[in-house]
Amino acid sequence: MDFATLAPFLVGVVISGLVLGFVYAIIALGYTMVYGVLQLINFAHSEVFVTGAVVGFEIFRVLNGVEMNGYLKLLLALIAAMVASGLLNILIERLAYRPLRNAPRLVPLITAIGVSLILQDLIRIIEGFQGRFDLTYQLPTGFSTPFCGPESSCAGVGKFLGGIGISLQIKEVIVVLVALVSLAALNYLVNFTKLGRAIRAVAQDRVTAGLMGIDANGIISLTFLIGGALGGISGVLFGLKFGTVNAYSGFDPGIVAFTAAVLGGIGSIPGAVLGGLVLGVIQNLIGVTNILGGALNIANLGVIDSSYQRIGAFLVLVLILIFKPTGLLGRSNVEKV
Amino acid sequence: MTAIRPGSQPPVAAPDRSVALIVLAVISSALLLISQESSWLARLPSALANFLKNPLVASLVLTFFLANLLFAYRWKASLWAKLLVGGLSLFLILPWAGRDNTSVLDLAIQIGIFAALSLGLNIVVGLAGLLDLGYIAFFAVGAYTWGIFGSGQIGKVLTYFKDNSANNGPVVAVGGLVLLIVTALSLRAINRVGGKRTPVASWAFLLAALGLVIGVTLLVRGLVMLAAANAAGLTSGVNPNFFWLFLILAIAAAASVGVLIGLPVLKLKGDYLAIITLGLGEVIRVLANNLSTYTNGSQGITPIGSASVPWFNSLAGAIGFTPDQYSLFFLYFVVLIIIAVIILANMRLDRSKIGRAWIAIREDEIAAQAMGVPLVQTKLIAFATGASFAGIMGVIFAAKQGFISPESFILNQSISVLSMVVLGGLGSIPGVILGAAVVTILNISLLPSLGEATASLNLPPQVNPAQLQRLVFGGILVAMMLFRPEGLLPSVRQRRMMHEDDDPSGNMTPQDSLAGELKPENAAEVYSPGVATRADNERGGGTQ
Amino acid sequence: MKKTSILALTLLGSLTLGAASAQTSLKIASISPLSGGQSDLGTQIKNGAQLAVNEYVAQFKKLGFDLSLTGYDDQADPATGTAAARKIAADTSILAVVGTLNSGVAIPSSAALAPSHVAMVSPANTANQVTDRGLKNMNRIVARDDAQGPAGANFMVSKLKSKSVYLLNDKTAYGEGLVAEVKKALQAKNVKISGDEGTEEKSDFSAIIQKIKLTKPDAIYFGGIYNQIGVFVKQLREQGVMIPLVGGDGLDSEQMVTIGGKGSDNVFYTTVAAPADALPSAKKVADAYSKTYGKDIQGFGIFGYDAAKVVLQGVLLAAKDNGNKLPSREQVETAMRKVRATGLLSGTVQFNSMGDRKAAKMYIMSINNGKFSLNSTLNVKAPVN
Repeated sequence: MDFATLAPFLVGVVISGLVLGFVYAIIALGYTMVYGVLQLINFAHSEVFVTGAVVGFEIFRVLNGVEMNGYLKLLLALIAAMVASGLLNILIERLAYRPLRNAPRLVPLITAIGVSLILQDLIRIIEGFQGRFDLTYQLPTGFSTPFCGPESSCAGVGKFLGGIGISLQIKEVIVVLVALVSLAALNYLVNFTKLGRAIRAVAQDRVTAGLMGIDANGIISLTFLIGGALGGISGVLFGLKFGTVNAYSGFDPGIVAFTAAVLGGIGSIPGAVLGGLVLGVIQNLIGVTNILGGALNIANLGVIDSSYQRIGAFLVLVLILIFKPTGLLGRSNVEKV
Repeated sequence: MTAIRPGSQPPVAAPDRSVALIVLAVISSALLLISQESSWLARLPSALANFLKNPLVASLVLTFFLANLLFAYRWKASLWAKLLVGGLSLFLILPWAGRDNTSVLDLAIQIGIFAALSLGLNIVVGLAGLLDLGYIAFFAVGAYTWGIFGSGQIGKVLTYFKDNSANNGPVVAVGGLVLLIVTALSLRAINRVGGKRTPVASWAFLLAALGLVIGVTLLVRGLVMLAAANAAGLTSGVNPNFFWLFLILAIAAAASVGVLIGLPVLKLKGDYLAIITLGLGEVIRVLANNLSTYTNGSQGITPIGSASVPWFNSLAGAIGFTPDQYSLFFLYFVVLIIIAVIILANMRLDRSKIGRAWIAIREDEIAAQAMGVPLVQTKLIAFATGASFAGIMGVIFAAKQGFISPESFILNQSISVLSMVVLGGLGSIPGVILGAAVVTILNISLLPSLGEATASLNLPPQVNPAQLQRLVFGGILVAMMLFRPEGLLPSVRQRRMMHEDDDPSGNMTPQDSLAGELKPENAAEVYSPGVATRADNERGGGTQ
Repeated sequence: MKKTSILALTLLGSLTLGAASAQTSLKIASISPLSGGQSDLGTQIKNGAQLAVNEYVAQFKKLGFDLSLTGYDDQADPATGTAAARKIAADTSILAVVGTLNSGVAIPSSAALAPSHVAMVSPANTANQVTDRGLKNMNRIVARDDAQGPAGANFMVSKLKSKSVYLLNDKTAYGEGLVAEVKKALQAKNVKISGDEGTEEKSDFSAIIQKIKLTKPDAIYFGGIYNQIGVFVKQLREQGVMIPLVGGDGLDSEQMVTIGGKGSDNVFYTTVAAPADALPSAKKVADAYSKTYGKDIQGFGIFGYDAAKVVLQGVLLAAKDNGNKLPSREQVETAMRKVRATGLLSGTVQFNSMGDRKAAKMYIMSINNGKFSLNSTLNVKAPVN
């Protein structure tokens, strides 16, 4: 295949990978926030995020017939999802993690898995009462139209993208914008406010922070609230981008997002974002390797195609961690959260 | 952190419960046998028979019976009573019940398989403190090792190579062997230089590791090509008597994969290691799914043979087993033997030099290194040992199922094994066995029976227990961890750490065995399983 | 707390109920995933089977049998499915089984049931080797991969006039097996294969869609289930790719339209289940289903219903042959291969010596504007009779 066809193709692959990466990034932030303060892999985060997606679905469903600006609906969905997921995350922390603060680290990991199983079934049951399992977002009209596709005539970046045959949809642009805004807000909160300083202090050393007059438990709850709210946002973005969720669809993206958090350096906010983006792009690139003629076939390993997407990302993680054992942006003394 | 206090608790005078133990064992055995034997049930009044036939009641009876083994192990009773109860239960009553209801044997084998997996993972997580979330991969390696050779799949593979490759088998094999040796030697050399992690060393290490993998691949490929001529003779797999050889080969294969996975990643710490092992576990499953030439991909491999020992079969036939039950009956005893060996190996390892090295690494890696413990090597041995237990049980699993496909080796299974280990008590041999038994009984027997018992009620799916297994299981997991964070049967040190303020005179009895195979322990366990030190938490994956 | 007490009450209730029945109890079982990610599909099978059982309770009562269905959960895990099968084998009141969803579960479970002669009728397993093993107890009502695959391939070549096809599968035994047969048939007709790959992804298909846009095939064949393909086809259409998509009976579900939205236009699939408007009874079953379960019946519900009906008619035949007394499992197993089951939503079912349907009408359905309509029909025959 010649360069003239391949180049725009690759640009398209990278761009869709970046959009994907932003969704992963926001999920990854939820993991990294909690990890930062408790050094706990919050396995239940994938269900917290699905809860957000489900709440978002319900909002869009209820408002489906209502005459209302689409963006206002989106805002409502985001807020409702943030509140629901945030509160759920606090509840989980209170019931399943706090009593185990001094237990070996693997114990809360197991309760996290237990909570995750419970939530999966609860979500299924609750939606099942209305006869639903797969929840398909009923988006306001216009969200799925191309933002600047080959057909539309627009200027600047859009024109360039359109020229090489890449069509971004409005909803994908929304995903990126919402992700960026939440990132900026989180960054401000953590790095430039008193609360943020308290969070960082607790992440650094819970006991000493307590001695300094910080209510460590309160701060941990707050962190879970923020992490949950981010989960809620990512849930809605997930539903927006992919269209359909069900009670069990959190597991896979959850694993990828956690991988992203580790890739970026777990506990580090910019790391989680970078990790998400890198992973999104890499996954997409691996998915198209067979087109690039990278048909590796030693010992009939088969062609490297989209069935290798997920594990390809893991192998990249291995490679990166061999050279940077603390992830891309992690330092030996990781500045947590 | 509590100081280490070796030595046992002062013995507490507990009443001897030999009589109670035997009475309970007799009652539960009788109940079990009656509830499984339809001709006996028929003689009972129909109300009672129906009650005993109820799936939930039957499952509870079975659980009660298995609990006897726990009582025999835990209670203070004379040794002969314990041996009698344990021996008769395992060697007489359970096979007897299994003759009438093969699901009992199936359950017992599943418990055995998971007990071995938990013991293996316990070495990695509980002793060496390396969180492995992809442990089921080694199980898969073992299962496929026998699955491919014990079925017609090997014939298909060879036929494929016969039809599709040039005749350069010897060249490929020798090339692979040379590459293998060279890279292995250079890996060793690099490690010896090691200590400082210079970029050059890392690159060289990576390159050599890659070369090693390619070398192994080429060697295997070459050997396969050499053997391709024999394809015709292997259309139904190798002779089933090679089963024994493959038990050993599976250990070797799983251990090698353990080393291969371990080599690049064991320098990482804590949760960095966790996510990498999770990923590599998935790699193995996806490879099994994608390498259709060898594994038949998602279609799976079937039928897989199992060894058959003529005298054993005639024995089974003589005591009333039907021919289709021979293989399960046989595998049950193989599992018992393997479990016994694994338990013995674990106890030896605990007290050996390497066992103490693992504990040292878990407690403080830097201190251990300073004391002369070779880090990578020690961790690799932990990985390989843990993997080998899974590998051998993989063979049993393949033989028991007669069918394997990648669906059996999903991430959830790794998590499930981890929950058995933590639930039972990290680092405690009887604990993890109990954890495996509890989780397996819950998943295969008790929770499903809830649904079966209520099937006639026609409940809506939202409240139908048949549909809520995961929910109930999750709830049990959370509740158990909240109420007993140290696990069901914690090791001594662990219990002390978790209950510093409690009365130290817990009911610690001189510990004998589950089935009479274990020697009394001297209760001088000097490790605290899985408790990462504060300092360890702080370091992340760092090299400080 | 409340939940546990309810649970305890229901359990107590069921214990006494079980003890109170005077008639001979006759049970059939279903094995399908009732919890976990595939529970939606597995529950449809169980509910469909339950519906058929409800229809037949009165008829069995006349013969003096107390008919009931027990749903076993295999969690889509082969080992759990095998354990359930062994339990079924031990419960002698269970005469036959409807199941399973995954052929990875069907293969070991049917092998575990074979020695006790428990007949099994599968509502979903299309993989060739499910019946190719020659087990006496294993039957299925759906078309084999090597019947469905060529049917789909022929349709693409003759009706859609496709010169190049992009093949996708879901990396399960179902999707991969089906696509392998499609590929074989397409290659025999010299159709260009633009791509052939599998994906376990449930949400993100951007890389695959980019490749499809680049290679510009005339049609796509996707072997998989509607809950994945619906999401895929929606994203595909949003990216402006409007070429036809063809699939197997995994697409037989109204949910395809709900999930795929407008994207599900120009989608075709092959199935042996007759379109709902072609059969008056289909409407009745669909109504009964939504009344009982508060959900619309889907493809797997229909197949579950049909499979259970075949099982029940087989049991009735065995009972008749046994002088209207409770038949043995062997008798049921033999009867299952003899019975000519009628009144199904997928036509008349009769099994050959391997347990495949002797002949079936295969329907090629199309989805357009959210409506399912019949495109064409063809007859398929089992490889042996």
